[in-house]
Amino acid sequence: MNSVKERLVNGIIKENPTFVLMLGMCPTLAVTTSAVNGLGMGLTTMVVLALSNVFISLLRNIIPDKVRIPAFIVIIASFVTVVELLLQGYIPFLYDALGIYIPLIVVNCIILGRAEAYAYKNPVLPSLFDGIGMGLGFSVALTCIGAVRELLGAGEIFGIHVMPESFVPVSIFIMAPGAFFVLAVLTAIQNKVKINGEKKGRDMSRIQSGCGHDCMNCSDTGCTHRLYDEKADGTDRKSAGLKEEQTKEEKKNG
Amino acid sequence: MVKELLVILISSSLVNNVVLSQFLGLCPFLGVSKKTNTATGMGVAVIFVITLASAVAGVIYQYILVPLDITYLQTIVFILVIAALVQFVEMFLKKFMPALYQSLGVYLPLITTNCAVLGVALTNVQKNYGILTGIVNGFATAVGFTVSIVILAGIREKLKYNDIPESFQGMPIVLVTAGLMAIAFCGFSGLL
Repeated sequence: MNSVKERLVNGIIKENPTFVLMLGMCPTLAVTTSAVNGLGMGLTTMVVLALSNVFISLLRNIIPDKVRIPAFIVIIASFVTVVELLLQGYIPFLYDALGIYIPLIVVNCIILGRAEAYAYKNPVLPSLFDGIGMGLGFSVALTCIGAVRELLGAGEIFGIHVMPESFVPVSIFIMAPGAFFVLAVLTAIQNKVKINGEKKGRDMSRIQSGCGHDCMNCSDTGCTHRLYDEKADGTDRKSAGLKEEQTKEEKKNG
Repeated sequence: MVKELLVILISSSLVNNVVLSQFLGLCPFLGVSKKTNTATGMGVAVIFVITLASAVAGVIYQYILVPLDITYLQTIVFILVIAALVQFVEMFLKKFMPALYQSLGVYLPLITTNCAVLGVALTNVQKNYGILTGIVNGFATAVGFTVSIVILAGIREKLKYNDIPESFQGMPIVLVTAGLMAIAFCGFSGLL
């Protein structure tokens, strides 16, 4: 039971996919025009994440290493299709609000990332709770961002009017540019926390203020922006990693 | 017909810009926009892949999924087709056009899991575009991506010389820039 609790806390707080790891930015920006949409997207992603984690964990001894990423994608895409049909049938208003971003859950790097980093290496139960924890963390983050945007942009939270009559909604916050500004402030806060922590001598390497998705200079093998198996054809990634280490050493020496 | 295609061309590339108003393809938009020449390379690779992918996805949808009445499998089919296609293009370029591979090859793997490619294929289906219209839409979307990433890269090159508050250095200031660009692109909505 300890591992269950540990997984949940890990997903929601320690490795929160949005606030700490900065993953899955496309849906984070696109659907958080209101708290309800954010929550809906978060929970939908959570369901897909938990199901695909369980399934991949069950199949982890059967899937050959070399084709694991395509296999993950097929599994994830199947669950996304199932969830999409369910939403269309039972929660049509959410289906309409999220639109094309539901099928795009397939390419959400959180899901593929968890499959690769956790579910493929761990038993079923911890994988399930890893998925639920990460999904809840994502939901919490999306709901918060949605609530802030809705509050500033429409003066409401969850559709309930909370701002005083004199408040003039800053409607840009529920439009596209507002999403960038909210995320900018969010990453700035994250940077601040990281800088402060480092000043106090704490290890803040866990916080990734956006890897910048600079995949060409990245050596993070847990990341799945590159589809194919690095053993089969990944010399450039390894050399990129080496290059980074070299420059780090040079920095230390110089 | 020509008029319709022109409207799609303008609307997909400028008015409904794929990055700045639909938030698709944000990862390369933020990641590969440090220098103008790499941004241009990425943009060209994206134009190439998206145009090709929307053509292939359109053909598969119209001639395989619709006749067999299995359109509900579109997400699975599209993502696999796109992944395979990108791999194939990469291998083809490596073998037959080494010069082009040198300049575009590094960007290709990054595009595979790019949500813009899948997003275009799905939009084409959702909006009931035919194959030709779909290809034009894909091309226009990719051009919109290229325009915005090159502009962002240009701004970021100048940004280096500015005095930015400590906590806004790095990603936050890029996002503020992107937000301002998004406001500017809102101005295009009067075009149609």
